[in-house]
Amino acid sequence: MTTEPLLSVSELRVRFRIGGMMSALAGRRTEIEAVSGVGFTLERGQTLALVGESGSGKTTLARAVDGLQPAAGGSIRFEGRELRDLPKKDWKPLRRKMSMMFQDPVGSLSPRLSVRSLLAEPFAIHGLSGRSLEAEVERLLALVGLPRDFADRYPHQLSGGQARRVGVARAVALDPELIIADEPTAGLDVSIQGEVLNLLNDLRDRMGLSMLIITHNLHVVRQIADRMAVMYLGRFVEEGETEAIFRAPHHPYTAALLSANPEPDPDKVHNRIALSAEVPSLLDRPSGCEFHTRCPFAQAICRTQAPAPSAVGSSRLTCHFPLNGGPSAVEAIAAS
Amino acid sequence: MTVLDVKDLSVDFATEAGTLQALRKVSLEVPANRIVGIVGESGCGKSTLINAVLGLLADNGAVTAGQILFEGKSDLVHLDGNGMRALRGQKIATVFQDPMGALNPVLSVGKQMRDIQYRSGLSRKAKDALSVEMLRKVRIPDPERRLAQFPHEFSGGMKQRIAIAMALLMRPSLLIADEPTTALDATLEVAIIELLKELQKQIGCSVLFISHHLGVIAELCDEMIVMYAGEVVERGSTRDIFHNPRHPYTKKLLDCDPARLSRREPRLPTIPGTLPDLRNRPKGCVFQARCEFADDACSTMPPDRAVSASHVARCWHTDETAGAAA
Ligand SMILES: Nc1ncnc2c1ncn2[C@@H]1O[C@H](COP(=O)(O)OP(=O)(O)OP(=O)(O)O)[C@@H](O)[C@H]1O
Ligand SMILES: Nc1ncnc2c1ncn2[C@@H]1O[C@H](COP(=O)(O)OP(=O)(O)OP(=O)(O)O)[C@@H](O)[C@H]1O
Ligand code: SF4
Ligand code: SF4
Ligand SMILES: [Mg+2]
Ligand SMILES: [Mg+2]
Repeated sequence: MTTEPLLSVSELRVRFRIGGMMSALAGRRTEIEAVSGVGFTLERGQTLALVGESGSGKTTLARAVDGLQPAAGGSIRFEGRELRDLPKKDWKPLRRKMSMMFQDPVGSLSPRLSVRSLLAEPFAIHGLSGRSLEAEVERLLALVGLPRDFADRYPHQLSGGQARRVGVARAVALDPELIIADEPTAGLDVSIQGEVLNLLNDLRDRMGLSMLIITHNLHVVRQIADRMAVMYLGRFVEEGETEAIFRAPHHPYTAALLSANPEPDPDKVHNRIALSAEVPSLLDRPSGCEFHTRCPFAQAICRTQAPAPSAVGSSRLTCHFPLNGGPSAVEAIAAS
Repeated sequence: MTVLDVKDLSVDFATEAGTLQALRKVSLEVPANRIVGIVGESGCGKSTLINAVLGLLADNGAVTAGQILFEGKSDLVHLDGNGMRALRGQKIATVFQDPMGALNPVLSVGKQMRDIQYRSGLSRKAKDALSVEMLRKVRIPDPERRLAQFPHEFSGGMKQRIAIAMALLMRPSLLIADEPTTALDATLEVAIIELLKELQKQIGCSVLFISHHLGVIAELCDEMIVMYAGEVVERGSTRDIFHNPRHPYTKKLLDCDPARLSRREPRLPTIPGTLPDLRNRPKGCVFQARCEFADDACSTMPPDRAVSASHVARCWHTDETAGAAA
């Protein structure tokens, strides 16, 4: 038994080349840093949710951790072992311990394979055909609430939510230690979403499963994640205990995000923190605090000086002027 | 005027294990200038319904009964491929769950956005300017520059926003959107809701909007339809449905929304049981097996009961649920 966290990521960087030859010849910048110095640890049995702006680098971060996207810098340690630049052949045994659920449910299932083959595939890949495959397939279907006869269906014969459930079943098939799930419940109705989340919570309680979950659904975050990290332009702007952040977000972007969450009441009056529409480009990152171009609380110093990471309560964040009150303070500011 | 009028529509899929009745006698109306939402259990037939409207049913699917009237005239069920394509290119715009359905992976985004405007008669430059403006409205950073990029160079949510921008460039009379905001963060989701409302007023179009996010439906839609196992079980104004749900399924669905929980719960509420086998539909009410109010009466098909002039629930016991919600 080690005291080391299951997963520990530090200073992770991922870059993409964009624009091609012509831009390069024209002397334009052709590289973006989609993940820009991100660090976190994940303990066994813990769930961390990644939330944040669309395009802020969540999927890229997850793909880098899972070895699908080369990192340009930093380190990724899993059970104490460095994964960055790990040779391909060493990944195969790791895939049993670490499974990934992709953002696109139907597209990530091979169209030519029946649901039965899709569910049996993880066992076959890892040479586990000794177990009764048919029994495993039935167990997995039941686990995600699909009738048995779905084993004979092909991906295009499934609804979006049914395909998502097949993805969940594949991810949990080999009892992994870590699940990296990109939008695991998107496209599910609230009842089945509840079932999937209850299932993931059960697995965590029973087997000490750890999870890194990416989702835009803030209600899901609150129900499943012990900790959450908020991304903006490839960096964490706030990270901490979920419940504490929901009660009192400290970073203005977090506060804006939480205030935007649509509520199931047609008569609800929202006190939203409005953000100006222009989302900055990764090719031209703003100076100082990178959120200053949209932050309703920005001061002069925010334009020139990048805030240093600081701690407020159980959260770590980067802001010169953290909001420190509870939701009431946020509302008061939003309303003013 | 009613832009889209679906009457008693039934759709079957042929499968190896028999005929699957995906939709049974579905009726709904999308009035002019209104935003209508559809909610319902995953697999209840929402996508099938809009595929039937768009003439995009899979090869093993067929409309077995009913009519789909568009702008009071053409019955879309009998429209041929060319007629349907023309309508889709001019009057009906779509945004799907999976944005890659709308985007061609081998063409730049700018080219695809120009192609959408083929009827405008504008110059290439003017079309690009409109594309840039629309991309800015859906908050794509650096729009001028990104026109040259290909779909795989954008994040999931960015692709979805591009698909939305393309649909709106058409200035359609009906926009059909199947979970268009699922891949977007909350601030963008709200921005898109506001953009849709604003453009809907400007263009004067109607919107048929599918989502599992009840908060989005509550905020965006004027009217809504609740589906279960291929049937419309309840319809009414968004207020009627959220404040006074009268079908037991609707009530249970609303109760499962984690948005109603103010803190973390060890177990999330769910609706016990599963969707009935659509190859072997139960006699009478489709919700019987999961309904706490089910009795003998429910083994015959329940009527569409009017709760008020605009609010209808397909249930024998609509009184049981009265006053049940806040
Ligand atoms: N293959 C690629 N080539 C070039 N740029 C890319 C590539 N993949 C992602 N990017 C860029 O990297 C940034 C981060 O993308 P990523 O997919 O990680 O975002 P995300 O946070 O997962 O967003 P979403 O919530 O919309 O899924 C975006 O600006 C995107 O355009
Ligand atoms: N081509 C097909 N062949 C056989 N069955 C199909 C086919 N397409 C869909 N189905 C079935 O028809 C039913 C309705 O599917 P549909 O995709 O319309 O559901 P949905 O309400 O859109 O669900 P979701 O919310 O998960 O997207 C489902 O039970 C699905 O499995
Ligand atoms: S540092 Fe300034 S601009 Fe940045 S988030 Fe804090 S208040 Fe806003
Ligand atoms: S008709 Fe009967 S079984 Fe069906 S929803 Fe109403 S009470 Fe329940
Ligand atoms: Mg993503
Ligand atoms: Mg669907």
